[in-house]
Amino acid sequence: MYRITRKKALNPTVTLMEIEAPMLAKKAEPGQFIILRTDENGERIPLTIADFDRIKGTITIIYQVVGATTEKLNHMEEGDSLQDFVGPLGRATNTEGKKKVAVVGGGVGCAIAYPVVKKFFEQGTEVHAIIGFRNKELVILEEEFRANSSKLILMSDDGSCGEKGLVTDALKKLIESGEEYDEVITIGPLIMMKFVCKLTKEYGIKTVASMNPIMVDGTGMCGGCRLTVGGTTKFACVDGPEFDGHEIDFDEAMARSVMYKPFERKAHEEVCNLYKM
Amino acid sequence: MDVLKKVPVREQDPKVRATNFEEVCLGYNEEEAKEEASRCIQCKNPKCVAGCPVSINIPGFIKEVENGNHEEAAKIIAQSSALPAVCGRVCPQESQCEGKCIRGIKGEPISIGKLERFVADWSREHGFVPEAPEKTNGKKVAVIGSGPSGLTCAGDLAKLGYEVTIFEALHEPGGVLTYGIPEFRLPKEGVVQPEIDNVRKLGVKIETNVIVGKSVTIDELLDEEGFQAVFIGSGAGLPMFMGIPGENANGVFSANEYLTRSNLMKAFRSDYDTPIVAGKKVAVVGGGNVAMDAARTALRLGAEVHVVYRRSEAELPARVEEVHHAKEEGIIFNLLTNPVEILTDEKGWVNGMKCVRMELGEPDASGRRRPVEVEGSEFVIDVDTVIMSLGTSPNPLISNTTKGLDINKRKCIIAEESTGKTSKEGVYAGGDAVTGAATVILAMEAGRAGARGIHEYLSANE
Repeated sequence: MYRITRKKALNPTVTLMEIEAPMLAKKAEPGQFIILRTDENGERIPLTIADFDRIKGTITIIYQVVGATTEKLNHMEEGDSLQDFVGPLGRATNTEGKKKVAVVGGGVGCAIAYPVVKKFFEQGTEVHAIIGFRNKELVILEEEFRANSSKLILMSDDGSCGEKGLVTDALKKLIESGEEYDEVITIGPLIMMKFVCKLTKEYGIKTVASMNPIMVDGTGMCGGCRLTVGGTTKFACVDGPEFDGHEIDFDEAMARSVMYKPFERKAHEEVCNLYKM
Repeated sequence: MDVLKKVPVREQDPKVRATNFEEVCLGYNEEEAKEEASRCIQCKNPKCVAGCPVSINIPGFIKEVENGNHEEAAKIIAQSSALPAVCGRVCPQESQCEGKCIRGIKGEPISIGKLERFVADWSREHGFVPEAPEKTNGKKVAVIGSGPSGLTCAGDLAKLGYEVTIFEALHEPGGVLTYGIPEFRLPKEGVVQPEIDNVRKLGVKIETNVIVGKSVTIDELLDEEGFQAVFIGSGAGLPMFMGIPGENANGVFSANEYLTRSNLMKAFRSDYDTPIVAGKKVAVVGGGNVAMDAARTALRLGAEVHVVYRRSEAELPARVEEVHHAKEEGIIFNLLTNPVEILTDEKGWVNGMKCVRMELGEPDASGRRRPVEVEGSEFVIDVDTVIMSLGTSPNPLISNTTKGLDINKRKCIIAEESTGKTSKEGVYAGGDAVTGAATVILAMEAGRAGARGIHEYLSANE
């Protein structure tokens, strides 16, 4: 069992949790993920490692309530324990040898972008962070990003905070103004990553996208998380989750991401009703 | 009684069982077991023993069953096998012990598998448990993977007095016994868990949620965690795909994913959270045991199911009993048929599978007649779900993260057959991780060999 040592709401739908898992904390690197199961009847879901503390032996996860499992998770409190918590999984972000990068995060994806930004900043890379949210209410980790990046641009769809517009608008402006990046790293909704990649392709800037497909085991034994990258099939859990953004078949990934939509909606409603009683 | 025929075993009615996940074969009762045991002619030079990969003293235990000494029978089997309730159910007996039985020349062979199963079930129901050693020798051994090879190796080492810890990547132990083989062939709570508990009763610790190669490496286990030897029984869990167009469409699954969702995650039960796409008309591509398991699972979830296989019935690699059961339940076999493309609708879901007819040509290197495409024979099978069951290969996670561990071209770990010794000192391996996908009993034999190798190695170092 894996104890929840801290729980904090970051915005109305996004929550941070610190989980006691010393073995994982010893090994975790930015870009990797964990798989958890809330209880014995639960499903396995992947969540990216948002932070880790090797001394305290904890892993931080940040999740948005979207379905039955995240709803169940959200009803757990500090001191409660998760049934299963396994990792670290996937390959770590390759930060070596990069002098100047832009990290583009969207929505809850910013939780995953943050440890990447932090690692770049700590190793002395000039890192420009562009983070986008629908509105002011949904902003997360703004202070953390500000403290760990050379430049922070906050965007919102409705202009209620930062600049009004999309993250791609901000990225385009930076590139047009003459900023030269060794690499762009993008983490967020598939549609956002697709357009970030489309933009950087026009400018010929190498871009890495962090993919988050449906997973079961997370160790390469089922292929549920497969994607087409450069015309060949890859398993995101072992070959990724980061891939060359210009090689990913985003349309296929988007179609696959909604495979279980009808099940998810029904299961979420059932869990919500359970808590109402 | 006709001595040329096996005493028939009671089974669930095909029409009823096609709608549930309860065990198909109900097994022998004491009377039936005794009658079947009496057919054994107690050969002086028993061929059946030679046909068993772990050389169980078959006439010996059968004699005890005939005399009603079931506990004695269990003790005889326990000398050679750690998982008799499992192996009695899932071994391909027709090509092993029963295939060699003298009775089989003129009539039907002795039902050795069903008798082994009877003894194992009897001992579980009567609380017969293996004896744990009185004290340990203080030497620590790590076993990677809790499938049949790892469980056998761990059990054997514990009996020799070692302190054994098994590391398992998933949240439940058992490997393929838990995530792969369905309930209707191998009940989890009734059969698999009690056999794993028996291994625990020998003093073996099982740590789940530990992925060796990620959570911890073999080098760390040896250099930092105080383990003096390691046995790798990590299996061959990586699914293969065909590489045909449309294979990543929604509704195409590996058999591993489909079976893991159903067996490990219990997606077939409404009180578990993991979803499964049942499908209305399902094609399972492949002809092995895994294909039969996936097909019969889809059938139980309510689908019309087609097994699509490129060779003919004679070449089906699945157990004869499984193919027979599948047919009885209403699975349709599309033989000499090979998929070339998966067709999709505008939303990316499967809505058909383009296939070609095949004919058998000259035998290939493996001795099986090679299937050859019949030109111009393309046609479409109307399906909404496709399950790919083309085999599996070993996960490279361990070999990639362990210094000095040699693997072959197929990513299998190179190990000596009789001892499991690898290229790295103190590291032994066996089962599917070494051979590629094979059978439960061969994995157990390899686990036993690995335990022998480790014992010799750690005894020599004294």
